[in-house]
Amino acid sequence: MASSTRGQALLLVAILLPALIAAFSEDNPTDQRILVLLDDLALKSSHSIFFKSLSSRGYELDFKLADDSKLALQRYGEYLYDALILFAPSVEGHLGGNLDVAAILDFVDSGHDLILAADTHTSDLIRDIATECGVDFDENTDAVVVDHINFAVEGESDHSLIIGDKLIESDVILGKGGIKDPVLFRGIGHSVNPASDLVVTVLSASPSAFSAPPNAVLKAPPALTGTSISLVSVVQARNNARILISGSLDFFSDKFFRSSVQKSGSSSRSASGNEKLAVEMSKWAFHERGHLKAVNVHHSKVGEKDEPSMYRITDHLEYSLEIHEWTGTEWKPYQADDVQVQFYMMSPYVLKALDHNGKGLFYTSFQVPDVYGVFQFKVEYKRLGYTSLSLSKQIPVRPFRHNEYERFIKAAYPYYGGAFSMMTGFFIFGIFFLYHK
Amino acid sequence: MAGRGEGTNSGGIVPALEGVLAQMKAFRLRPKQQEMLIKVAALLLIYVLAFATRLFSVLRYESVIHEFDPYFNYRTTLYLTEKGFYEFWNWFDYESWYPVGRIIGGTLYPGLMVTAALLYWFLRALSFAVHIKDVCVLTAPFFASNTTIVAYFFGKELRDSGTGLIAAAFIAICPGYISRSVAGSYDNEGVAIFALLLTFYLFVKAVNTGSLAWSVASAFGYFYMVSAWGGYIFIINLIPIYVLVLLVTGRYSRRLYIAYNTLYILGMLLAMQIRFVGFQHVQSGEHMAAMGIFFLMQVFYFAEWVRAQLGDPKLFKAFLKFTVIGAGSLGVLALGLGLATGYISPWTGRFYSLLDPTYAKINIPIIASVSEHQPTAWSSFMFDFHILLILFPAGLYFCFKQLSDAIIFILCYGLTSLYFAGVMVRLILVATPAVCLIGAIAVSATLKNLAKLLREKKPAAVASTTKTTGKKKAAAKSGYDQLLPFQKEGAAILLLGCLYLLVQYVVHCTWVTSEAYSSPSIVLAARQSNGERVIFDDFREAYYWLRHNTPTDAKVASWWDYGYQITAMANRTVIVDNNTWNNTHIATVGRAMSSYEDESYQIFKSLDVDYVLVVFGGVTGYSSDDINKFLWMVRIGGGVFPVIKEADYLNNGEYRIDKEAAPKMLQCLMYKLCYYRFGELSTEYGKPPGWDRARGTEIGNKHFGLEYYEEAFTTSNWIVRIYKVKPLDNRWS
Repeated sequence: MASSTRGQALLLVAILLPALIAAFSEDNPTDQRILVLLDDLALKSSHSIFFKSLSSRGYELDFKLADDSKLALQRYGEYLYDALILFAPSVEGHLGGNLDVAAILDFVDSGHDLILAADTHTSDLIRDIATECGVDFDENTDAVVVDHINFAVEGESDHSLIIGDKLIESDVILGKGGIKDPVLFRGIGHSVNPASDLVVTVLSASPSAFSAPPNAVLKAPPALTGTSISLVSVVQARNNARILISGSLDFFSDKFFRSSVQKSGSSSRSASGNEKLAVEMSKWAFHERGHLKAVNVHHSKVGEKDEPSMYRITDHLEYSLEIHEWTGTEWKPYQADDVQVQFYMMSPYVLKALDHNGKGLFYTSFQVPDVYGVFQFKVEYKRLGYTSLSLSKQIPVRPFRHNEYERFIKAAYPYYGGAFSMMTGFFIFGIFFLYHK
Repeated sequence: MAGRGEGTNSGGIVPALEGVLAQMKAFRLRPKQQEMLIKVAALLLIYVLAFATRLFSVLRYESVIHEFDPYFNYRTTLYLTEKGFYEFWNWFDYESWYPVGRIIGGTLYPGLMVTAALLYWFLRALSFAVHIKDVCVLTAPFFASNTTIVAYFFGKELRDSGTGLIAAAFIAICPGYISRSVAGSYDNEGVAIFALLLTFYLFVKAVNTGSLAWSVASAFGYFYMVSAWGGYIFIINLIPIYVLVLLVTGRYSRRLYIAYNTLYILGMLLAMQIRFVGFQHVQSGEHMAAMGIFFLMQVFYFAEWVRAQLGDPKLFKAFLKFTVIGAGSLGVLALGLGLATGYISPWTGRFYSLLDPTYAKINIPIIASVSEHQPTAWSSFMFDFHILLILFPAGLYFCFKQLSDAIIFILCYGLTSLYFAGVMVRLILVATPAVCLIGAIAVSATLKNLAKLLREKKPAAVASTTKTTGKKKAAAKSGYDQLLPFQKEGAAILLLGCLYLLVQYVVHCTWVTSEAYSSPSIVLAARQSNGERVIFDDFREAYYWLRHNTPTDAKVASWWDYGYQITAMANRTVIVDNNTWNNTHIATVGRAMSSYEDESYQIFKSLDVDYVLVVFGGVTGYSSDDINKFLWMVRIGGGVFPVIKEADYLNNGEYRIDKEAAPKMLQCLMYKLCYYRFGELSTEYGKPPGWDRARGTEIGNKHFGLEYYEEAFTTSNWIVRIYKVKPLDNRWS
């Protein structure tokens, strides 16, 4: 009986093992299972290139209608997906299966990624999710981004098909080499909440753009104008969950991917950069790139191996850690000269750049300041596009023990002399007074 | 007793007993021996009584450490017994005053801990398997018992052994002393009063005898005092004052010279061995009086010597003028130079606040905020001294009638300490031995006089009262030639009156000890309306919760009162504690508590705080909670950070928490943490929900949420509430 249950258990493990390995883990930060929520299943074919690129990179895509009543993100407390693509700008109230804003945010807050696309007439639900991530879509629900100068000639006469102006300069987010071709965009603009420093605009509009209902006569200046209009933004949360927010659903469409672009006022045509941008950003969002991990954090006195539980003031110490970068398939040593360690107590007493050996080992050595207290080794490494490394390790620093001071000080010799001459003098005078009559 | 013994022996009429009595006669003690026996027996009883009367709290609650500071002392003692003396000496404690830490070995008076540890090791060596906690709990009563012995000898030195016995009896049960030495009150004062009295006694003995041995002994007594309590400052200032008084009154003698100089030099050298004191004896303004008197003594001695050599009064006068002016100006110059270069530190705020009762209130709110630093009310003098308060002036009268070097000392001691007792409540403790001794002189002298009057005639008539008078060993010499009318009756009545007063004193002391001074304050007790006693054990509940449910390196922020208890019982790092050495740090916590939620969050985050603990008495009616202490947090915080203004928390100068309260009061962190969800709770029948029982009002702001904190734990009676500081928002800055 016992053996048979054990056998069953083994069988269970054997079945589950591949599934467990396939899931997102520390060792393999790239997402695996992705839930794609759509307004309309037609999107599956109209955006097929984007989805195909995902599935060809090994992701398991699970397409569902956004109002599918059987929708569930988690079962028995475990999330079923590693990431969510929300291509359902018009879903109202809540998603199917009672998934509301809080459920989506919990999904993100537990470390999962999100790609969200809005469109003209985006529902409040999608807007709320974006707002909670630090992205505010134009409050005017009819507004789209219009640009009467940098528009694509293929579009309608209202000039709402515009060409994105400025891309962020980041190889991590955009891939090596960046995007050279013009990027098409048709949708709503957003502004980045100034209170949040986690949001980064990837694509912004040109100075001549503004956000307003197309073909309407404007009575007041539009709320969003010029380069402050963000078209596509990314957020990297504190737990390194990545969020990609685009104001345009068409941005990912086959049509935009395949169309050629002619900018107004110019005669040359070129292929659109949408495909490359979308694919590269999805790589970033799903942790194929820019994911760092720090391991083997070690500190000790110079020349010793063991980590002490406490340092003494003016000790010399060594600090080292390894940083690896995920390339999508394997961990590679990270190389950078700007990793710094702080020896921190209320403020950094020591701030030092770490040397590295090219094999991912970062190290330095320094002297503990002449101040006692509870210090921390802090590595705060935050670089655009990379996951942020935030390590801190508490270590107390004690003053000298009573027997660690210098025993005899030169400056004190007069006092030693004084003390001893006093003693001998007392002794001699004692004898003198006692026996000399 | 002597008289009575004679009476029974002479009255043996039954012939059969003659033989037995004859045999007993062989065992009969001579009067001297009888007196000795009675004295020893009385002292022994007093010794036991002093110990026993301090055990109320152990019997009523349990063997537990009381209050706040004793928890630190206990923690350090535990460390000392576990790790040994050198580790203790070098201990750097990183669990308190995060992130600055505290060098425990260099910032405490180790006398108490070492004493307790020695007692512990001694008992262990005798194979008594005691726990260190029980040793700590009983250290103070044990030393109170020893104090009675010292008081006896002191009294004997002052006047006679009768005075000594009465002084011992007085001090054994005097509430002023008991308040700091009940079982469980494991604080420096417990041993320090013993050391103080011992030093004084030995010094007086040295002055009386002029013996080097007694002087050295007093220096060692002083060393023990320095190692035990910061109150040694009192000794090092009182003795110079006393010496100065003797010099001024022309009582200078070789004995005084020996006693003082030995005590000063040896005592100073010994005191420097205590790390916390270090070079203060030569560097701090508070110790300069002693040094000045020391040099003055030398000048005096020199002048005496020169006078003996010169023989010519005129010449000597000129010489004296020259030396006095020279020495005086040299001393002033040295002092001025020392102060100007910063070698001699000026008087500290604590010292000033002793001399000027209003100083602390204006300048150092952190001293003024402690209830035991308040000026003493008359009622508490009465409460702590009872009849001694009346006996004190009477004692002074008898003292002045019979001045001697020793009496002058107790006069100096009594008068100065009584002044300090008036400045600060806690210093009643220092005055207690003096008051007891002077009171004992009064009682002893009165009883002796009355007994003398009663004994004017043949002792047979007064057999009923000789029992008491015998104790006094009245050397009856008829000083009065003529008897006053009803002299004997009057004396008898007065004697009975005295006895009545003394009995009343005993009753009062026992009552005070049992009612007022035997509650551990870590466990609270209250009586319900039906007379049943309820115990609130919320503090320990909360501390043990912290101990078992939070990460070991979690930092807990609370007002400094609870710092020692949290480190000792919860074993967690605290930001500030009862060792109020870093005013800025305390002010930072005070500022956080009186800021709005978001500002306080920034402050606490910068201090890496994980949990915030507040003490709240609104449910139980426990009045010394954080809301009642809150204005001090505002004041102390505002003293360093002027953005905090006391007026913002008051409505027309009134401190209140109901609807009329100041808006900032109703929104500040302390209010929110104390009253979070309190508005939903009905505390008293017939009152609206949110009725604060400690202040007897309905709170003004009932329904609010917390954005940056979440409730982690609230004890069963809501006395302690612990909140977790939320981490930074995942998607926001």
